[in-house]
Amino acid sequence: MSTPSLWRDLRRFTDARVGLGRAGTAQPTSAHLDFQESHARARDAVWSSLDVAAMEAAVAPLGLPVVRVRSAVPDRRDYLLRPDLGRRLAEGTVLPRAPGSVVFVVADGLCAIGVQRHAPAVLERLVPALALPPGPVVIAEQARVALGDEIGEATGAAAVVMLIGERPGLSATDSLGLYITWAPRRGRTDADRNCISNVRPGGLSYDEAAAKTAWLLRAAQGLGATGVALKDEMPAGALPAP
Amino acid sequence: MAAMGFTQDIAGTRYVFPDLRTLLARATPLRSGDALAGVAAESAAERIAAQRALADVPLGRFLNEAVIPYEADEVTRLIIDRHDAAPFAPVRSLTVGGFRDWLLAADPAAVTALAPGLTPEMAAAVSKIMRVADLIQVAAKCRVVTRFRNTIGLPGTLSIRLQPNHPTDDPRGIAASVLDGLLLGAGDAVIGVNPATDNVEAVMRVLEMLDTVRDRFDIPTQSCVLSHVTTTMLAMERGAPVDLVFQSIGGTEGVNTSFGVSLSVLKEAREMALALKRGTVGEDVMYFETGQGSALSADAHHGVDQQTIEARAYAVAREFSPLLVNTVVGFIGPEYLFDGKQILRAGLEDHFCGKLLGLPMGVDVCYTNHAEADQDDMDTLLTCLGVAGVTYVMGVPGADDVMLAYQSTSFHDGLTARAMLGKRAAPEFEAWLDRMGIGLDAERIPARLSPALIGLA
Repeated sequence: MSTPSLWRDLRRFTDARVGLGRAGTAQPTSAHLDFQESHARARDAVWSSLDVAAMEAAVAPLGLPVVRVRSAVPDRRDYLLRPDLGRRLAEGTVLPRAPGSVVFVVADGLCAIGVQRHAPAVLERLVPALALPPGPVVIAEQARVALGDEIGEATGAAAVVMLIGERPGLSATDSLGLYITWAPRRGRTDADRNCISNVRPGGLSYDEAAAKTAWLLRAAQGLGATGVALKDEMPAGALPAP
Repeated sequence: MAAMGFTQDIAGTRYVFPDLRTLLARATPLRSGDALAGVAAESAAERIAAQRALADVPLGRFLNEAVIPYEADEVTRLIIDRHDAAPFAPVRSLTVGGFRDWLLAADPAAVTALAPGLTPEMAAAVSKIMRVADLIQVAAKCRVVTRFRNTIGLPGTLSIRLQPNHPTDDPRGIAASVLDGLLLGAGDAVIGVNPATDNVEAVMRVLEMLDTVRDRFDIPTQSCVLSHVTTTMLAMERGAPVDLVFQSIGGTEGVNTSFGVSLSVLKEAREMALALKRGTVGEDVMYFETGQGSALSADAHHGVDQQTIEARAYAVAREFSPLLVNTVVGFIGPEYLFDGKQILRAGLEDHFCGKLLGLPMGVDVCYTNHAEADQDDMDTLLTCLGVAGVTYVMGVPGADDVMLAYQSTSFHDGLTARAMLGKRAAPEFEAWLDRMGIGLDAERIPARLSPALIGLA
């Protein structure tokens, strides 16, 4: 392609809202209304909910036990206002023991669309790449990231991989995030985790997300920790071990 | 010795506040994060009772009663150990209420001179009995100027951080957003990328790419990749071109631990960056971000309200002579700041407290899609901050950050704020904009900024 000479030509290099032109110092009407439409869609996405039955069916081919749980949050409004309750399991929750395994938590988070679309495909690539035995898949509703700590503690997992819907943006309402926590137990903080974000078409691919997670888990096993102690130094282009 | 508590009668009811920490929390204008923490006033009457009682507290008491014990928290130790009695002298005998009156009447030089004599808790306390107009008016009196490759914070200027994030750190995607921002006059505060991962190799690639862009276009500004401080230190060890060291910080030792940092790590990182000697007009090498609610999020708030803890983060920041500090006011979500009204007030409080404590305070005027807020709220906050003399705001293509999934101010918003309020870019950067012919043509890219020079072909 030729060297761009027009401002709007910059649009071919990124999905960011570049080359919009201007009306005085402001955005032209079409760009302004495009933004407002995206915001309207994102607002609606926050209130989307996880289709648990569909998720169970989608992860069934993995051949792992599947468990459903809920956080202590009663509804979506309280989910937004009470993250503390979203980090705790509902009273009376019973989980199977899976000592020494990697437990997967598939959680709605702030937007269920991304996890619904992408979590099964990431798991399908990740599970065969693990060095440790895979544990159950726990499908969690009204969940925050730290709910994985209590789930990990209850199951006796060596590590928890939480696949959770990310806060919807204007360009993407279907981003999936992965949080990896070694020796999960209540009281862990974000400094104890490694995070992989923006998993979606146009962001990080399923293959890259699975390879990076498997790499981090192997490194965590060697180090005995995740979080700031575990630097992500996976070489670029590295493939998962055969 | 047990400190004396506080009492206040309102309409026949006696309200009792056992200590300064509780009094500050109950006096705080309503926000969801304090309710979540269980420290907010339970009624409007209790809140005004606390505000009246707080107005009568002598400023000197803040030097004798820490909201978090000295022995338990290195941020408290920093605040107490660094307090400077001489600049405090003009207001030493005042109450919090008297201090508000003094600030509103004082001239800019007198307000600016106070900074080393004030503790964060004093700034937070007086902000709690101020209206929005007070927060704007007093902040506008504070003069804070910092330097690295240009001069930031001069009166009559409004700088912009160019934030060209990309979901996969694609160099051409980042470069296109950088060029777009430059064409709209952004980038004098910093060209700063939030990386998609904290992988040190990836961070180094972005650092090198930003440095190439700056060098090819000869831009009098600084670049930054906002990775964890320990990753940036690793990048410096490996010879990466690091202008500014970034870190998110908070107002208690516990929240900083949750961020994986301490005062000693920040000190070490700053010394490493200073040794690189990359600044041309100054040596302010640190860039910090903060935001109300991070301490509660990390379960490290000690029963202190989120705005007071936020102000304490500024004590951490000023220890390291930063080039830039900004609160990311609406990023954390509705559980801390529920709606546009709460975000507006918090943004102006943070800017006021930061400026009063002597920081080059910017604000990420922003919101997330799960907050009850929209562009109208951001326009209002940006305009208020512009009047308050905010040091810098963010510039994101079309206000939509495609990596962090939130909305901040656009390049257009920055230009509009400058135009509406008669503000200019940092002088070195403004001269560069003129040299490059930026701002003359709304469709064509000036020849001197050829995209081919930065890999866009």
